[in-house]
Amino acid sequence: MSDFEPKVVAFVCNWCTYAGADLTGTSRIKYASNVKIIRFPCTGRIDFMLLLKAFANGADGIIVSGCHPNDCHYTSGNFHAKRRWIVFKELMDFMGIDMNRITFSWVSAAEGARWAEVVNTTVARIRELGPYVSYKEMVNRPVEEEVRNE
Amino acid sequence: MNNLISKAKELLEGKAVHVVIGYEAGPTGVARPAFITDPSGADMLIYDDRCVQNLAVYLTKPEVKSLGRMAIVANLPVMRSIMMLISEQQLFAESIVVLGISDKGDLLDIADIQVMQAYIEKSDLSNPARDREPLTALNKLSPGERFSYWQKELSRCIKCYACRQACPMCYCTRCTVEVNQPQWIPVQSNTLGNMEWHILRAMHLAGRCISCGECGRSCPVGIPCHLLTMHLVDQVHDYFNIYAGTSDKMSSVLSTFEPNDKESFII
Amino acid sequence: MEATRKLIRRQSLEKLYNALSETRKIYAPVMAEDKQITYCYNPSFAEVTFDHIRSTMSPKNVLFPKVENLFYYTNEKTESVISVLDLNKIPEVVLWGAHPCDAAAIDVLRSIFCWEIKDEFFAKRLEKLVVIGLSCHQSDEYCFCTSTGLAPDSKNGSDILLSRLQGGDYQAEILTEKGQSIVDSLPDLFEPVTGEQVVITEVKQKFDHRKVTEKLATSFEHPFWVSNSLRCIGCGACAYLCPTCACFDIQDETAGRKGRRYRSWDSCGFGLFTLHTSGHNPRSVQSQRWRQRIMHKFSYMPERNESLGCVGCGRCSSGCPVDMNIAEQLAALQNI
Repeated sequence: MSDFEPKVVAFVCNWCTYAGADLTGTSRIKYASNVKIIRFPCTGRIDFMLLLKAFANGADGIIVSGCHPNDCHYTSGNFHAKRRWIVFKELMDFMGIDMNRITFSWVSAAEGARWAEVVNTTVARIRELGPYVSYKEMVNRPVEEEVRNE
Repeated sequence: MNNLISKAKELLEGKAVHVVIGYEAGPTGVARPAFITDPSGADMLIYDDRCVQNLAVYLTKPEVKSLGRMAIVANLPVMRSIMMLISEQQLFAESIVVLGISDKGDLLDIADIQVMQAYIEKSDLSNPARDREPLTALNKLSPGERFSYWQKELSRCIKCYACRQACPMCYCTRCTVEVNQPQWIPVQSNTLGNMEWHILRAMHLAGRCISCGECGRSCPVGIPCHLLTMHLVDQVHDYFNIYAGTSDKMSSVLSTFEPNDKESFII
Repeated sequence: MEATRKLIRRQSLEKLYNALSETRKIYAPVMAEDKQITYCYNPSFAEVTFDHIRSTMSPKNVLFPKVENLFYYTNEKTESVISVLDLNKIPEVVLWGAHPCDAAAIDVLRSIFCWEIKDEFFAKRLEKLVVIGLSCHQSDEYCFCTSTGLAPDSKNGSDILLSRLQGGDYQAEILTEKGQSIVDSLPDLFEPVTGEQVVITEVKQKFDHRKVTEKLATSFEHPFWVSNSLRCIGCGACAYLCPTCACFDIQDETAGRKGRRYRSWDSCGFGLFTLHTSGHNPRSVQSQRWRQRIMHKFSYMPERNESLGCVGCGRCSSGCPVDMNIAEQLAALQNI
């Protein structure tokens, strides 16, 4: 499908990755515009349910990004996040949810070029994978066993 | 069996406890939880293969706590649940008497928490054999096949919350699904919402599940939701070398960390 | 209408099924891979089971779905625009193979949903429903229809009641106009009865519901509510499996500007069922909720709806994780 443009949602922390993305912009580095960035104070604040809601609301891919370990603005938020993602990823794998569609990264405020790279690689990968049809189908599937009166 | 009954009688007669939580046989032959408050009632206590309910779920119920000091018949999963409840500040060790039962059905002498901890530490804490088989089988499938499997199973979920109610670790008086600011999980049953519910439940039990299997057993439509929580039991052990319910001073797996927690997917 | 009895041979039964499925949806019981019996829409005749004692879920879904959209709305600048559903789009449905307990439950549900104010959704679904009942040639220790004033061959709620004959064919009792119109449209399938005996199981009576109702009127403060309910874990399994339980929750789900209002099953056994916005909960303890369940079904409903709120199907007891065996408790209750 050559005209498929993936929708990618990025959950990023304010102090590192968001600032890094800002730098990408001020450095005039071009990168794929498919990404919608959502700013959090810290990756530790990112609830795993939000990732599921992103898929349910039409995202084909997700990026989760924050400060490098030991650089967290709140000291340890990203360590909590890391542990959470380890467990969450295993659960998602077990349930067959496509973890190739989620990129986890550490991108610092100085890594403007790197942010562009993370986004471009992710978007390219999602473009290959195609739209997340099986998840979207779940959203639209009528309620089981209900005789629809509409 | 006789040891258990006489110990229960002794505790009740001496007023060391006001209620013994154990198992009795119902008229259809099914074993079910029993709450013995009178020494003569202790004769109804049984312990055999039919006794599977995790009795620790009653230790946080106000209806049971109001009966007074509790003694509880505790096989390994129940002992581990008790340990988890103590480590999460939901129970005081001094407020209960543990009537430990070995895997052979014999009454153990559990004098205090340290004795219980020692018993737990020398036991096999991995997932029970009968559940390891379906877990292995599922892990052999491709992700797409697993997705179809869980979609099919979870589309049948009726959101009765028996899984949550049967679990001793789900003791929140206001569960996150019963909050509507925000409404994380839809109230109704639909495939997507049901998946979200079971994902949320498994994540909230990560590092806390002690593999009793009650969630799956209590499901009225037979969804093996215990496989989700038990899968994470394996993962938490593989990654962080932790099994739940092994110490009254355990910290919660998902609210602590080691700086060198290993992962291979963060770029 | 005076009931008539006809013979319908096994092969004719298949023809009847197939003929009905041409113009209607059929909700029939099938056996799943794990041996559970579930109702589903439009299975092939070969998949339909005639040998089940009870399905896991009751067929009340066909009249009172576990989720039912009530209306849609769009939030415009100054008002919400409601888009009402056209209930005439509800299709004709045949409930096939409902045992007498489940068929009788339809009458109980009707006494609730069409009481003083008629529930339009329920009423329309009922209007479009035909019930082909199936009397019971087997039962188990959880059945107690005979304690609720019913029997394994009760006619309540069925339009046509099938009963197995010794030789393997079926007797069809035509009980209502709806049933008669089906026979009239397929007269070749229905033959005159022979003298063959029907096979009906025996269900021993466990308690007398009239005694129970009488006892309950003076038992509100009895301590057995507490002792009997200690093991209840407050899950919704009994209410959700029950063919006569009708409590529901209403929720709005909005995404952006659009949304829908729906109702879904609820259970009086849930801890927060009666929680007020003020924080007060009149049934804050499980014994109060357990008492409510029993009183509602066996005291308040017979008093006010003239209909017992239970048909003795046994699903609550067989599905309960902690064996809150309702028949056992009521048998003991009637003797206190």
